[in-house]
Amino acid sequence: MDIGQLFHNLLFDYTLRTVALGAAVIGIVSGALGAFAVLRRQSLLGDAISHAALPGIVIAFLLTRSREPTIVLLGALAAGWAATLSITAIVRTTRIKDDSALGLVLSVFFGFGLMLLTFAQKLSDARQAGLDKFLFGQAATLLQRDVVTMATVGALALGTTLLFWKEFKLLTFDADYAASLGHPVRALDVLLTTLLVIAIVIGLQTVGVVLMSAMLVAPAAAARQWTNRLETMVGLSGLFGALAGVSGALISSAMEKTPTGPVIVLCISAIVLVSLLFAPARGLVWKRLRNFRNQRRIHTAPLQL
Amino acid sequence: MTTTAIEVSDLTAAYKDKPVLWHVDMQAPSGALMAIVGPNGAGKTTLIKAILGLVRPLSGRALIYGKPYPQQRHRVAYVPQRSSVDWDFPTSVLDVVMMGRYGALGWFKRPGSAERRAALDALDKVGMVDFAERQIGQLSGGQQQRVFLARALVQNAEVYLMDEPFQGVDATTERAIVRLLQELRSLGKTVLVVHHDLQTVPEYFDWVMMLNVRSIACGPVSEVFNEQNLRATYGGKIAFLNGNGVGGVQDGYRPALSQPAL
Repeated sequence: MDIGQLFHNLLFDYTLRTVALGAAVIGIVSGALGAFAVLRRQSLLGDAISHAALPGIVIAFLLTRSREPTIVLLGALAAGWAATLSITAIVRTTRIKDDSALGLVLSVFFGFGLMLLTFAQKLSDARQAGLDKFLFGQAATLLQRDVVTMATVGALALGTTLLFWKEFKLLTFDADYAASLGHPVRALDVLLTTLLVIAIVIGLQTVGVVLMSAMLVAPAAAARQWTNRLETMVGLSGLFGALAGVSGALISSAMEKTPTGPVIVLCISAIVLVSLLFAPARGLVWKRLRNFRNQRRIHTAPLQL
Repeated sequence: MTTTAIEVSDLTAAYKDKPVLWHVDMQAPSGALMAIVGPNGAGKTTLIKAILGLVRPLSGRALIYGKPYPQQRHRVAYVPQRSSVDWDFPTSVLDVVMMGRYGALGWFKRPGSAERRAALDALDKVGMVDFAERQIGQLSGGQQQRVFLARALVQNAEVYLMDEPFQGVDATTERAIVRLLQELRSLGKTVLVVHHDLQTVPEYFDWVMMLNVRSIACGPVSEVFNEQNLRATYGGKIAFLNGNGVGGVQDGYRPALSQPAL
């Protein structure tokens, strides 16, 4: 398939257009909110939440016998929330540190989810529902109205972020100081984490629970390389996410039998790699080059006297 | 002395099972420039955080001008330890200083030109105005400390609580901070400083609190900053050059004072 045909399909082919739009929405929302997660050193929390969503998805299906995206997403949301609360509770009440708490909750929830999934697969209507597709995601199942739902929820999440921008910024940089100024840091923390859960849940159907955390961490890591301003970093992170989403959708449609989710993750990884190497100021290549020049200057300096 | 700016009474706080503060009493008169000294683990930071309501005490209370902190928030500015934040955070010096106005701004309002001016003013006072647009990760330790001080200055407070502002700073910054402290005192502000260098206590401060889990002494430097109280605070791990001068403090660990168990 040539490039012209690809772009024609992007605009006029229902499946590709839907998938590309959906992936773009996922990229923007998870990129922007992932930036906060990365800066708050909560990258792993995203991973735990997305894995923990699996039992929520299956339970929501078992209860309603429907795989309406809204219902499935609500199940995932509830489970992601429960996981976050469990982690906080474990850290607060026991001597277990947060990284271990994350690991525990991730594996317990995910294991429970897998068990439920195996059980649900034995029911005939569950196999048709394709619940197992939530493991690695299946973009082709996206419908236009799914994308509309995702875009609406995502826009609400981003709008809330903008509304509380200054509070979130201070919370991320210096939570104690924020508290001393009278900001309700615990409530803000819960709000920001809820937005993170929403960003994750939006992407589960397309990218899957296993790979979703890459959509949070990778765009933010890449964006940090290019800027020293939070505003730019969050914007750039969303842009990188969207770029990876759309190119992932295009590439996987151009090649037979290529799953969309993993290709999107590969695309964002490529963006990270380029950013790590070539971003001005922080890029490794320029750093090496500067070191090399400095070394040479130091060695030749005595000769120039 | 006139009114009391900060009054801590019977404050007990614990971290897990370990008491950090044990029935601590403290009074800082309005207009005092007070140092809080004590060995590592003595509870100095916890005391500051308890006054600010960041640490929930098991018993006792802290009052600012007679009222609990939440009612007096706008009169208090806090300078946390420099190491408590990630200085690689993507933001500029000016941005950090403007954060000092966030409390007064209220919800949903963005800092504007008034906040910008206040921030530049404060940066000027700490000699950092040329660094306003700099990314905070590019600053030296002393410069970072001065940014934190500027952030507290824009709060226009009456009471300042500073956690180790002299920690790891260069001589220029130390002089700048001392000048700033004296200026605050001349304006009638009350300043509480967690301090480590015992030798400079008589020079920089007029009041001192000596703390080691329990409150050992609290009063004017000329009255309470003596060998006996220092021994009680540091548990004998201290060398005295003469009757007044203090030197060679081995300030590495918490000495074996009798410690209450919970």
